[in-house]
Amino acid sequence: MSATFAAVFAADLDVAQNVFFAMLALATIVGAIGVVTTTNVVHAALWLVVVLSSVGANFLLMGAEFVGVTQILVYVGAIVVLFLFGTMLTRAPIGKDPTVTNRSWYLGLVVAVPLLAILSYVLIDAFDDTELPSDNVQRTAEVSDSIFGQYLMPFEAIGLLLTATLIGAIVLARKE
Amino acid sequence: MLLNQFLLLGAILFSIGVYGVLARRNGVLVLLSIELILNAVNINLVAFGTYTGSISGQVFALFVIAIAAAEVGVGLAIVLMIYRNRQSIDLDELSSMKG
Repeated sequence: MSATFAAVFAADLDVAQNVFFAMLALATIVGAIGVVTTTNVVHAALWLVVVLSSVGANFLLMGAEFVGVTQILVYVGAIVVLFLFGTMLTRAPIGKDPTVTNRSWYLGLVVAVPLLAILSYVLIDAFDDTELPSDNVQRTAEVSDSIFGQYLMPFEAIGLLLTATLIGAIVLARKE
Repeated sequence: MLLNQFLLLGAILFSIGVYGVLARRNGVLVLLSIELILNAVNINLVAFGTYTGSISGQVFALFVIAIAAAEVGVGLAIVLMIYRNRQSIDLDELSSMKG
């Protein structure tokens, strides 16, 4: 029984990938809608954790292993914690707060829905049935060769940027 | 897997992020919506990197993650200063330069 199960799965790897992608896409979209519509600030940060984790899983599905793990480490592990600290320090009301959304939020829909329509039309028109090559894992060794080879200057610049950001944030936020 | 399914997921996430930036009044929630936009861009980069077999897609996505972390740090420091000055982070109240 398990042998036929494995045989079916090995033959239909595409089916498994598509099923997983459907679940991850559903989690991402539901989480994103939760981020932009909830009236509770802390709940919005938790919905963002759902979105970031499923985007990280999407990266793993595409074979980008280093970016997938870095996404979980940096985004979920540090940036969401930073957001929660910011929420605590600015005394956001715990619980539902209907003033966090604009009174004219429907104007946001007027911008976002045509944007989505145009983007979808362009994408479907340009990349109609283009298939991703399957079984293409891009290893961390290639990423490190690229970062310390071809993209060494941007890598050092990112280091300088993070240092400047650190110093700047401390200067901005310190007590007078 | 189609290339288009990842690109469309990125486009949907981007549009939801744009709606969030426009419709939210709290400074922290606007920054959260900007994070949605940056993640949509990352999905696009990695999808094209996988499609062409080039490693540059992953490398640029890593740079975007680092820049997003820096931007969140400075953005939250600014929101903290706004809170210190006005005791509220309602962005609609920042209108002292209006008319």
